Amino acid sequence: MKIHIKNGRLIDPKNGIDIIGDLCIAAGKIVSVNNIPVGFQDCRVIDATGLIVCPGLVDLSARLREPGLEYKATLESELKAAAAGGVTSLACPPDTDPPLDEPGLVEMLKHRTKGLDQVHVYPVGALTQKLKGERLTEMAELRDAGCVAFSHADAPLVNLHVLMQAMQYASTFGFSVWLRPQEANLARNGVAHDGEIATRLGLPPIPVCAETIALSNIIYLAREAAVKVHLCRISSAEGVSLVRAAKQQGLPITCDVSINHVHLSEMDIDFFDTNCHLVPPLRSLHDRDALSRGLMDGTIDAICSDHAPVDEDAKLLPFGQAEVGAMGLELLLSLTFKWATSMNIPLIEALNTVTLAPARILGIDAGHLTLDAPADICIFDPEEYWHVSAATIKSQGKNTPFLGRELPGQVKFTLTDGNIVYES
Amino acid sequence: MNRNPQLNKHGELQHLLTTEGLPVSILLHILDTAESFAGVTEREVKKIPLLRGKSVFNLFFESSTRTRTTFEIAAKRLSADVINLNIAVSAQSKGETLLDTVNNLSAMHADMFVVRHSQSGAAHMMASHVRPDIHVINAGDGRHAHPTQALLDMFTIRRYKKDFHNLRVAIVGDILHSRVARSQIHALTTLGVPEVRVIAPKTLLPSRVERLGVHIYHDITQGMKDIDVIIMLRLQNERMLGASLPSTEEYFKYYGLTQEKLTLAKQDAIVMHPGPMNRGVEIDSAVADGKQSVILPQVTFGIAVRMAVMSILAGN
Repeated sequence: MKIHIKNGRLIDPKNGIDIIGDLCIAAGKIVSVNNIPVGFQDCRVIDATGLIVCPGLVDLSARLREPGLEYKATLESELKAAAAGGVTSLACPPDTDPPLDEPGLVEMLKHRTKGLDQVHVYPVGALTQKLKGERLTEMAELRDAGCVAFSHADAPLVNLHVLMQAMQYASTFGFSVWLRPQEANLARNGVAHDGEIATRLGLPPIPVCAETIALSNIIYLAREAAVKVHLCRISSAEGVSLVRAAKQQGLPITCDVSINHVHLSEMDIDFFDTNCHLVPPLRSLHDRDALSRGLMDGTIDAICSDHAPVDEDAKLLPFGQAEVGAMGLELLLSLTFKWATSMNIPLIEALNTVTLAPARILGIDAGHLTLDAPADICIFDPEEYWHVSAATIKSQGKNTPFLGRELPGQVKFTLTDGNIVYES
Repeated sequence: MNRNPQLNKHGELQHLLTTEGLPVSILLHILDTAESFAGVTEREVKKIPLLRGKSVFNLFFESSTRTRTTFEIAAKRLSADVINLNIAVSAQSKGETLLDTVNNLSAMHADMFVVRHSQSGAAHMMASHVRPDIHVINAGDGRHAHPTQALLDMFTIRRYKKDFHNLRVAIVGDILHSRVARSQIHALTTLGVPEVRVIAPKTLLPSRVERLGVHIYHDITQGMKDIDVIIMLRLQNERMLGASLPSTEEYFKYYGLTQEKLTLAKQDAIVMHPGPMNRGVEIDSAVADGKQSVILPQVTFGIAVRMAVMSILAGN
């Protein structure tokens, strides 16, 4: 299918483009940027006047809940949600049931997503069997089945010897290891940031040192094992400082943050809002602002949605018993756009954190509008606001701290490999 | 921020969930109303008909003797029908969720729920889901709040000390895990007590507790100086297992209230304890039973204070 996107504001972080112009697509690829090829016969013309045309978003953490947790969400529902959010590639963590620790499971997942033909799904394999932190998985086999990296999701990996071995083994094959830094014993039973709000509400705390100690361990072990490490969803100002120092030493480390933590703090828990029961916990305003600065100076490479659809009943419990997580695939673009606007960050830089930067971490050819690149594209209206509600959310999970808010940036079209997978 | 969920749109008490954020006028109204009920409990015929025809459900997801019983007595003296449910051994153990339990009981025409739960925020969650004509009283949620205990403590302090504005109050012990301490701190600071101290080892203090408006002491001998009111907190044996403390013996030696430590406070200082006491762990028997102790009057006042809370809620 040929598509002619007319008169949009083309933004491409890779090529430093931010112009009003046209984009032409044929056979799933971008065939021209800012000009129209001779003899280009339009099959479909999209008038993008007043709209922004950018690379499709790449999300580093989106739980699709398959296999095993279909009562929370299904591939059908969540890939639709991704497309509606302008997300064209996503990485899914291995914390399914069973975890993605066997090639057969990964092949099945890849097969199921191909059939749905919506967005590109990149499974992240389990670093240890059953995510128990004891025995290594068959990483090379898992890679052959389609895994792009290996992680421990949010499961505790207490034994540092096992972590060291896992890193060395992954390094042998050049695989990268994704870790969310949290020392399990220090975080034990905790449900909220160790600060004034947890003290007032009587919520068991998770101290910042649970993150910084884990980060220090990971950084030292990564240096020893010479492995590529991606740090998932850091949450604290001190954590940002540690990552900054490690990067200055030239270690092959990348880092992301969840969009929730860019906007929210412990204050948003308010009167026990279970939609704010997140992992890692929402921390102080000081931490939140440091995460923003970390993004601006490049210490933090990417923003992810940390999409975690949760069954409604699992949130209708007292805060500490409510299941953790928030849906986010459909909010990532709007919230990133809102962040850029409120912080006066050039849009091209903000969009980089949800397109090109995460694509590079995944090692995939995506996140840019270069000639001959796959036509994964998001077209959105920066002026149009939309209301976040159970009715407008397409994900099966309606759980988000942003419920009831008006957000800027309405996605109009999402294209994956040149096919229109979403149109509003 | 949402509107304070325990007040209705007229700023009146709809639920009693926490003492935090309650205006001083409401706190004083509860204490004054309790004064008027305190006489009733001494009369020959102890019943008054304010809650006649109303159903009060005691929902205790955690065991309790004193609190549950005093709520029951208070409701009965107001002529309400009282239904006690020991949920710990019924529906919840069959897998029913808290909200399902509440919805089922609401369908039985409950007017008021008195709830205790091990999770912080349980009472808030109930309050935000019940029908608008139902009132929720928090009888203790996790580490968060125990407002009626704090109110009966304020009632006791006012009885013995008359005025809040020239007092120094010390709360001693496991502040970290204590819903009672949190509710007391908010009530004391709201009522105008100029100095509230917390006295505990660092392992039993929550982080940034000074932000609640208290002064921190680790040495009880210093903390007792010039004190008018001493509130001792219960120390649970689990604290030794959780590596918060080495032993009850060492705790008693450094933080237990003995006659000797009590002499460091003002001569007319009163000693309080929300119960149940661990004699020889946080408090010496000689002090608990001594002439400065007001621990038993606290229990008696608890009935009048809970009558006051229930009658005010029913009137709003």
